[in-house]
Amino acid sequence: MRLNRSLLLPALGLALLFALPLLPVPEFWITQLNYIGMFALVSLGLVLLTGVGGLTSFGQAAFVGLGAYSTAVLSTQFSLSPWLGLLAGWLLTGGAAWLLALLTLRMSGHYLPLATIAWALSLNFSMANLELLGKYDGILGLPALQLFGISLQDGRAIYGLIWGIALLAALAVRNLLDSRPGRAIRALNGGVTMAEAMGVSTFRYKVIIFVLAALLASTSGWLFAHVQRTVNPSPFGLKMGIEYLFMAVVGGVVSVWGAFVGAGVFKLVEDQLKELLPALLGSNGNFEIIVLGIVLVLVLQHAPRGLWPYAQQLLQRWWPSQGRAQDWIDAEPLPQRAKPQAGEPLLQVERLRKQFGGLVAVNDVSFGIRAGEIIGLIGPNGAGKSTTFNLITGVLPASGGSVHFRGEDVSGLPSREIARRGVSRTFQHVKMMAEMTVLENVALGAYVRGHSGTLRALLRLDRAEEQRLFREAELQLRRIGMAEQAHELAGNLALGPQRLMEIARALCSDPALLLLDEPAAGLRHKEKQALAEVLRQLQREGLSVLLVEHDMEFVMGLTDRLVVMEFGTKLIEGTPAEVQASPEVRAAYLGTEH
Amino acid sequence: MDLSIASILLLDGLSNGAIYALLALATVLVFTVTRVIFIPQGEFVAFGALTLAALQQGQRPGTVVFLLSLTGLVALLDLWAGWRAGEAATPLLRRVAQAAALPLGLSALAWWAAPLQLPLLLQVLLTLAIVTPMGPLLYRLAYQPLADASVLVLLIVSVGVHFSLTGLGLVFFGAEGSRNPSFWDSSFTLGPLFIAGQTVIILLASLALIVLLWLFFERSLYGKALRATAVNRLGARLMGISSTAAGRLSLAMAAFIGALSGVLISPTTTIFYDSGFLIGLKGFVAAVFAGLASYPGAALGAVLVGLLESFSSFWASAFKEVIVFTSILPVLLWRSLRNPHSDEH
Repeated sequence: MRLNRSLLLPALGLALLFALPLLPVPEFWITQLNYIGMFALVSLGLVLLTGVGGLTSFGQAAFVGLGAYSTAVLSTQFSLSPWLGLLAGWLLTGGAAWLLALLTLRMSGHYLPLATIAWALSLNFSMANLELLGKYDGILGLPALQLFGISLQDGRAIYGLIWGIALLAALAVRNLLDSRPGRAIRALNGGVTMAEAMGVSTFRYKVIIFVLAALLASTSGWLFAHVQRTVNPSPFGLKMGIEYLFMAVVGGVVSVWGAFVGAGVFKLVEDQLKELLPALLGSNGNFEIIVLGIVLVLVLQHAPRGLWPYAQQLLQRWWPSQGRAQDWIDAEPLPQRAKPQAGEPLLQVERLRKQFGGLVAVNDVSFGIRAGEIIGLIGPNGAGKSTTFNLITGVLPASGGSVHFRGEDVSGLPSREIARRGVSRTFQHVKMMAEMTVLENVALGAYVRGHSGTLRALLRLDRAEEQRLFREAELQLRRIGMAEQAHELAGNLALGPQRLMEIARALCSDPALLLLDEPAAGLRHKEKQALAEVLRQLQREGLSVLLVEHDMEFVMGLTDRLVVMEFGTKLIEGTPAEVQASPEVRAAYLGTEH
Repeated sequence: MDLSIASILLLDGLSNGAIYALLALATVLVFTVTRVIFIPQGEFVAFGALTLAALQQGQRPGTVVFLLSLTGLVALLDLWAGWRAGEAATPLLRRVAQAAALPLGLSALAWWAAPLQLPLLLQVLLTLAIVTPMGPLLYRLAYQPLADASVLVLLIVSVGVHFSLTGLGLVFFGAEGSRNPSFWDSSFTLGPLFIAGQTVIILLASLALIVLLWLFFERSLYGKALRATAVNRLGARLMGISSTAAGRLSLAMAAFIGALSGVLISPTTTIFYDSGFLIGLKGFVAAVFAGLASYPGAALGAVLVGLLESFSSFWASAFKEVIVFTSILPVLLWRSLRNPHSDEH
């Protein structure tokens, strides 16, 4: 019965939404809802871009304009079908967005919004000055849309199309966020280093979400042009671009439905303000922007997640949020990579060097790992152990020296390429997405073993592969003893379990070499023993491990060999017994006697 | 185009470029110290120009009332915050009163002096005195509660502040534009060049301000504190430099520079309540040329933007703005190829 109840309200709401134009409601309501649907489509793109991806754009109105003008020119001056206009709008907008993204997204996050401001202004001035586009007057007399031979000239007739497109788009974005590419996109906001180390090209996904947001805007512009039957530059200016962002932020950039809440609130409030303020102030003008600006700042200060979380609390009674259905029990296991033969040289580090200005953090360090070994990297704080990790995994570029993995020179490769070759790692300071569940965080590790792209995810054609990825994620969580916490938010875990979760995530990528940076820190004694047992089991399965750890009991009992570093230099290499007997190591840790 | 037209365009570009340079410097200053991309910079330009215009006509400008309201709001917020933090009443009241004293005094002075038709120079000083305190007050209201937020959130806040200030500009000054009389009616001819007195003033004032800024950053303790905050906020805080004070100071400087720029250009062009945005944004383009980091780079970029604008207004006047704002794209491409790095917020 739970299923019925959870679907009842949305189904009723949906039925009411689409039956509305058939009911005797005032024309004004329909017009308002048409605008809300079109606005929501644009701010949906901003939810994806700003709330999920941590990027933003003030130029969405310009993309709306590109969509609108494309169909306007084609349907009036060339008498082509508006549906071709939609396609042309997508091509033009997608191309423009792609170019802007390529120009700005390799730099710090704030260059994209700055470029979108400049771009929105120049596009708007171009629209207003080009003869072809009718200058300030724009283009008049656009044809009405035709669908299956029915004219959508009337506001009530096009209502269904607008809301159909808006809701389908919302569902598609929701599908995308719950998928292999979606987990990568959700890691863009604050998890770039981690995602790259899991084999994700974060640049690629930044470009993808920017283009997707632009395409949503273009679609809205196409609808807008055929609802208005005329286009001119004014609704596509920077002011409207900022207002779209207002909708997304006020509605709630963290959820797809926030876009709809924001669009609704904006449209209703703006209408009221446009009547109220000029009457109050006794003259005409865009006074509503004063209030909109103040509300935007106040929302960011006091409710950065927008209105949607409040609406969700109210709806919770009738529309309880459901946990993830466990549908992967019967999924096929993922294929595994061929493991190297025990004893075969796996990793060869030669004279590896890193300088930060005058400071030599890693000074010509060399060592090797053979397949099936567990090697410990130890040394006092500041010895350069974590930097060495970062150099081997490509998180930091080396200043000199080389790293070979399975015979291939991987020095200079970005971390995602090294991850794809079978090196997986954890971080000294846990890097995870606190807002994702433990299971989703771990599934991000299996990114390199999946293939479904953005389009398949949008259309939800990726379910079979998703089940395989989740099956693997659950398997690794079980192995590390965390199956019980799979559905908790990662941010709610204590530090020890967070570290274990990182190990499960690394294991999900089916590595040949596992690099663990202080895996036992924050674990209790029993948990440490269990972790050591898991690592021994992995070793028996052919996995090699390089670990940095300060707990000497843990290290000495587990490792085959130790590499000791001090002040960036390799001090000594040997078995745990040799290292324990070494006077240099004692001196490094405890100081020399004088 | 002959030499005389070229030289006119050159001079025009240089004097506009000088203004953009001031605005670009303010943008870089605010960004490096507070991480705020200060979009509302341009609104101070319009406030400066139009406040002076109101004073010229012997009216009390709306910005005086605005300054009073901002002061009142900040005092209320500080009282509320102090009361919630359990601060004792007497020192709290004294602290809030001390903070409000200067803007209150300036508002009172402006209220009294506005209808007096003072000499131009005094009116300019009065204008600067009205607009400059708005910077730190706005910092307190909009940015300070979010000082640790990401660059992205601060940028969206900036856009909100820009929206509100533009709308308020319309309330204060109406939709009509204003143009102020020239500060200096003399003009000079230098070969084919005709140099208006106002151009000389703009160039000299900009140069003087740039030198002053340089002295401030190199020679004064406050300047060094700002530089320290720009390099490392936490480190500066540990050395006893309050990042709040640094933020307020940098916004005061930004408001001062904005108002001064507005006063300087107001005799050369008609300024409307929303003109500041485009002017400020050109300073912005110049700052982006310099990667929002280098002062000399920003000044150089500003001169380039000024020249690009004046020459494109000759060849394709309708597309002047398109050319200026599109020029940011090749610059971004160049920067991204030269220095590709994406940082974690």
